[in-house]
This record gives sequence, C-alpha cells and structure tokens, in this order.
Amino acid sequence: MGNYILKRLLLMIPTLFGVAVLVFFLLRVAPGDIVELKYAGSGTFAPKEALDRERAQLGLDKPLAQQFVTWIAGAARFDFGESMWTGRPITDEIKVRLELSLQLAVMATVVAILIALPCGTLAALKHDTWVDYLVRIFSIGGLAMPSFWLGILIILIFLIFFKWLPPLTFTSFWTDPRANLMQLLWPALAVGYRYSAMATRMTRSAVLEVLREDYVRTARAKGLRERAVVVKHALRNALLPIVTVIGLEFAFLIGGLVVTEQVFNLNGIGMLFVESITHRDYTMTQALVLLVSFAFIFMNFLIDLLYAWLDPRIHYQ
Amino acid sequence: MFNLFKRGLTIQSARFWLVFGALSVLPVMATAAEAPRAGGELVFAVGETPPSFDGHRETTFGMLHPIAPHYSTLLRFDPQNYPKIVGDVAEKWSFSKDGLTLTVQIRKNIKFHDGTALTAHDVKATYDKIIFPAEGVASARKALYAMVDKVEAPDDFTVVFKLKHIAASFLANLASPWNFIYSAERLKKDPRWYEKNVMGSGPFIFGEHVAGSHWVGKKNPNYFMPGRPYLDGFRAVFIRDTAPRVAAVRSGQAVVEFRGFNPAARDDIVKALGNKAVVQESPWACNILVTLNNEKKPFSDPRVRRALTLAIDRNEASKALAQISVMKYIGGVFRPGSEFATPPAEIAKLPGFGKNIEAARAEAKRLLKEAGVPDGFSFVLKNRNVKEPYEVSGVFVVDQWRKIGLNVTHTPLEGGPYFNDLRQGNFDAGIDFDCEFMDEPDLYLLKYLSSEMSPVNYARYKDATLDELYERQSRMLDLKDRLPIIQQMEKRAIGDQAYQFPLLWWQRVVPHSSRLKGWKIGPSHYVNQDLRDVWLAQ
Repeated sequence: MGNYILKRLLLMIPTLFGVAVLVFFLLRVAPGDIVELKYAGSGTFAPKEALDRERAQLGLDKPLAQQFVTWIAGAARFDFGESMWTGRPITDEIKVRLELSLQLAVMATVVAILIALPCGTLAALKHDTWVDYLVRIFSIGGLAMPSFWLGILIILIFLIFFKWLPPLTFTSFWTDPRANLMQLLWPALAVGYRYSAMATRMTRSAVLEVLREDYVRTARAKGLRERAVVVKHALRNALLPIVTVIGLEFAFLIGGLVVTEQVFNLNGIGMLFVESITHRDYTMTQALVLLVSFAFIFMNFLIDLLYAWLDPRIHYQ
Repeated sequence: MFNLFKRGLTIQSARFWLVFGALSVLPVMATAAEAPRAGGELVFAVGETPPSFDGHRETTFGMLHPIAPHYSTLLRFDPQNYPKIVGDVAEKWSFSKDGLTLTVQIRKNIKFHDGTALTAHDVKATYDKIIFPAEGVASARKALYAMVDKVEAPDDFTVVFKLKHIAASFLANLASPWNFIYSAERLKKDPRWYEKNVMGSGPFIFGEHVAGSHWVGKKNPNYFMPGRPYLDGFRAVFIRDTAPRVAAVRSGQAVVEFRGFNPAARDDIVKALGNKAVVQESPWACNILVTLNNEKKPFSDPRVRRALTLAIDRNEASKALAQISVMKYIGGVFRPGSEFATPPAEIAKLPGFGKNIEAARAEAKRLLKEAGVPDGFSFVLKNRNVKEPYEVSGVFVVDQWRKIGLNVTHTPLEGGPYFNDLRQGNFDAGIDFDCEFMDEPDLYLLKYLSSEMSPVNYARYKDATLDELYERQSRMLDLKDRLPIIQQMEKRAIGDQAYQFPLLWWQRVVPHSSRLKGWKIGPSHYVNQDLRDVWLAQ
C-alpha cells in the first residue's frame, strides 16, 4: 500500500506538468493584453512606449519558452510569483480566498451528505411508493434548479420579507462563528441542495442494486434487524459510487462556484478565477488552474484510498 | 416601469412617484437645523477592486473610491460649487504675468500619517513622479502635463511650476483627484512604494485591506482641517456584480454606492427604503461614442461617416434609453450644460443631432448611394460585453443603421480582445466611451486629435486642422476666445468629417440612505471622494 501511495503521489507531478504546459500556452493564444486593459480606464493617455515598458516589466516581452521556464521553475518551489494585475504575491491573494471556498465546499458537502444518504436510502427501500416519488421529485428539482438561481431566490426572500441580507464580508469561523455561518449557511444550502440531488440519485440506484444481492437476502434470512441489514450490508456496499460522486463534486466546488459567489458576494476562488481571466492575469490564472487541477487529482487519489478502506477486497500494490 | 404609463397609475405606483419625486429634491447638505454629527462608520459599496494603490498609475474608480480618503491633493474641486477650484494642500497660488509660472504656497500644518511634515518638496516629488516618471514607473496621465517644463521647491512651503507655454487646462489638471500627494522620502527610497502601500495626509488613515473583500479607513486625528473628518471611519465593500450591490444598498447594509445606478435600480432602492432613501442625480461627465475605422473602406469616405451619424435618432435614443440605462442627454463633444458645451440650437445643426429624423435618414441614404455603398452592406460593430450602457447602445445603433439599409452585426467582446482590436485597428465600427474628471476641452478634445497624437483616439485618422485647432484653444485662457475654436473643432470632428461621434451623454443617479449627509453629487464619479465632509445622521 505504501508503494501505491508513493507511486500515485509521484504520478501527480507529470499530470500537473501537463496541465501547466496546456494552460500556459492556451492563455497566450487568447486575444487581449493585460497592459491594454490596465490603461483602458477613463482619463488615461498612455502612449505606446508606456505600454511597452509596462509589458517589459511584467516579462511579457521575453520569448515564450523563457517565460514558461521561469514560471515553472518558480512553481516547482511553490513560488507562483506576483499577480500581473495587482502586483501582490499570488499565494497571498489565493490564501485570502481559499479559506472561504474550502469552508463553503465542506459545508455544501455536509449538507449534501445529510440529505443524500438518508433520502436516497429511504427511496430505495420504499421503491415505487409515494416516499420514493417524493424523493425523486426533490432530487430532480435539485438537478433542474441552478444553485445560483436558488441563491437569488434566497436573497430575494430575505430582502423582501425580512429586509435582511447576509453579511457582506467574510469573517473566519474561528473569529466569529455566528457571523461566519450567517454568511455561508445560505450559499451552502443553495449549493448543497443541488449537490445532494446527484448524490441522492446515485445513492438510490446504488442501494437498489445492492438490495437485490444474495447476501442481503441472506442477512434478512438470518433474522438481522432491518436497520443492520440496510446500514451494515446494503449501504456499506453501495458506498463506492456515492463516494466517487461526492468526492469529485467537492473538488469542483473549490473553484467552480463563480455565479453563486457573485450572487452572494463571496470573495472566493471562483470570482478570483473569472477576474484573473478577464484581466488576462496570466500568472494568477495559471496558479489557479494548477490549484484546481491539484484538487481534482488529490480528490481522485483520496477516493481511491477510501475504496480500499471501504471494501477490503480491494488491494493496491 | 414602462407599463405604469401604459396602464395608468395605480394608487401604489402614485404613492411611489410621490415619494420618489419628493426625495429627488431633498436638500442633502446640512441645513441650519441639521448640524454635522461626529462619529460612525460609513459603509459603502464599490463595484471594482483596486489593481494597485497608486493614484498616479491607476484609472479606475475602484481604486479612487476606497483610497482617495487617505490622501490630499494640491488643489481640488469645490464639492459644493463644481467646477470651482479651491486649495487642498495649497493655501494660495498665483500665475506670473506671462502665465508661464505658477507659484503655490502650501499650508504649514499638514502632516503625513506617519507624523512627518508635508512640505513643498513632497509636492515637487509627487509632480515629478506624475510628469517626469522614472524608468519603470507608470504615470497614466503624464501626457496631460506636457506643458510643464519643470517643478521647483525653492523653500519648504513654496512650489513653482514652470510652463513651456500657456495652457488653459493646467490649473484644472492640478485639481485632478488622481494626483495624490506622496512623501518625497518614500519615493526616494522606492518610487513604486505607493503601488502596494498607503501613507498619505488625507482625512483617513489606512486600516485594513482584504483583497477582493473590503477596505477600511480610520479617522485621522491629526488632519489639518480642525473638526474634520466627521466620520470615525469608513468601510468600502467590494461588490462586483450590480444585483448584490443594489441589494446591499436596499437592505441598508451599505449606505451608498458612489458611482451610480441605472433608473431601475434607483426605483428598487427607493421602493425598498421608502422615506429613508434620498436620490441625487446629475448629468455625468461621461458619454458613449461611435468610433469608425477611418482607414477602412467605406468608412474612409466622409459621406459614409456622415450617413452613419445622420441615421441615428438621438432624440428617440434619449427617451428610450434613459428608461433602461444611464444614457440620457444629447450633446456634442462637451457635457451638455457645461460651460464649454455648444448650445442645443447649434448642436442641432450638426448631422445626426437634428429633430427631423426622416429627412436625416433620407439624406443618409442619398449619401450612401453617392458613395457607392450598396443596399444591405454588411459590417461589424464591436463592443464591450458590458450590458449597460455599452451593449444597450450597440443594440440601439445597429437598429438605427438597419433603417438605412445597412446590415450590421453587433459583436460584444471581453475587455481584453475589445481594447486589443480597437488599438490594432481590427474593427469596422466600435462603441467607445469617454469619462473625464472635469469639463475641460483639453481632456475631451484629446479624443479627436490625429490618432498618432492621441493614444485614446481609436478612429485611425490624421487631421492636421484638428491638431492645430487643439493647440490653439489649449493656449487660450479667455473663454470667449477659446469657445469659437472649440466649436469649430467640434463641428469638424463630429459633423463635417464625422470621424467618430457621441451617441448620448450619461445621467448619474446615486440613491442612498438618508443617513448619508455632507456629500453632494457632481458630474464626475472621480471627484469629491475624500469623505472629509461626509457625516452620518442617526
């Protein structure tokens, strides 16, 4: 197992390198120039020489290969340089936003699990009854409704009926848990509901399949209580695909909640992503793509490890 | 909104209009019965984040709104009497008889936030940075000070500007809200220090900045104006999207958003806040322009360009677009109502600005035919992908051109590709904009100089007559001498030649909580943002 873990960790490196190459060169194919954008505001009369000087300062006048080598060498040391837009260290810019995005991802995942596991299992157990139909309607509703739209509804309900809005700025949970939850609970519910919809449907179908297995019939025949049959035998065996869905969705939440962040005015990774692309902030975009790629690769890895823990029949060498 | 007029006023909507109408004319300054109240933290929303903290380098209100309160400028516009110029750091000033030397005496009691005294040497260092930036230091508005030969500080409280030639706009440019006064000592150690640091002499001291989230300023207890600022501090919250920004003001979490909203957002806020809302409105020193690529056929033909401006019904645009956007006023090169603006009767004589649209469109079709442009001629109008007022303008203009038989495709682009295409000349027609901090011909007319002389003219033409007129008006101090030349330039640029032409000027609408006092709206969202006169009622 130790060898397997080491091998997987080492395999992350060429994967991330491939991502780095792709993102670096693809960004430079897109039209637009950060310097032109910087000087495009009102009241600006910057001549071409000033723009060229600015480009030189940002290293944009160097050959592409040289820019890439400089950047990748820094990335290897976890030094992603400075944002081309703000001039501030990228790690600082990301750190400010990562806590919020991570917390939101965790909260949405918890909401999803708390809804998906019981509802999906119940729907499977009460297959083709009104309970099953209710759960299916609930989960299809979650799939059909974009989370940002649900977020807009939540905001409007607060505004119209309660004349209240969640706090505008992020407070760390460790500083003020109440203010923190007052801001993040609502987007977590909006995102978690949609997240739970997929997980509920996966849970339902996985448990349904497992309930038909011989060992479940044997467990019932042995006289085990229904709760033990469902939790210890059925659900346990159905967990593998559920864990996969939940794990991959968690990775997506790190940088994928752009519109939800806009609706709730959350200073998260998603907004930073969009701004960096809009501004043609190459260094920031590259760093964020690497971050999100790492999140996906790492989650995949964790899921694979979880498989081995959940199912003793799975061995890695 | 539009349906209210169609269906007739309901009682509810009548009540709304009564409240709204009353609120629009409410006085916002302290009356005899309302003395400024010290204390409180002003929370306001800002729609953009500051790229860097250096006012000399940046061009966005996203920098100015949170950061201007930390700094003083040499001169400023009187917030109660725009465009009157008053001193900030400057106590008094005078020009030499020949107009080539400006001597400024600065106040003696000003300190930077680190306790050091602000002297003439700091002012000199600041203006050297703006006008003669060192290698690697960006100065976004350097070109506006081309008339300056040198800046001197003969003693601690005297600054002398020596000019190469008389320049009508020079004094007003010294009142630029972007010209934060920096410490000479800091600049000497690192001329780029202010890009990432804040240390001024303004009414507020830097408190906290969380990137992408908020900016906090605290009252400067040693501010040179006794009794100011009234506020204990301010918190600028960055809210990029319009809907949550409106929601923030609506809910009372933010007292105001200083840049401005469109009429629909104003109405939402007024409806939500009721008698706790105040609305301030002002013509805005911003416009939308249609820019043509004069290097490309058939736009190189002045007949075609005149046809394109003739086709646009600006009167209809003013009525229709004012309901859904900030676009409102018909005007030429200068903000309607400003001292340099051509009177409406004269503007109406320019092609495209008259009232008889049918005759104008008939003439446009005739011109196109004469120029050999076939019916159904296709081209592309490039635009920014910002809904309001850019896309709204683009959609309107395309519709107007279709009425004279042209087949125009509207292509909104992201900011990067948009500016790239405009600068590279990779376009047929484009929607451009002009937003200035003051009604100064040297600023607005810069857009109409030959493209090689003006970095903000994307229309790609050379016109020595316009260049010569610009230089002449720029050196005339007397308005009565200057105006005829300005009008001549305007007539040529947007009328006879129609290289590029304004569509409409904007209306600035700032609805806010009635708690906000001491702030008066002006035509520019860049000006009057130091918050020193602002206070919060209970």
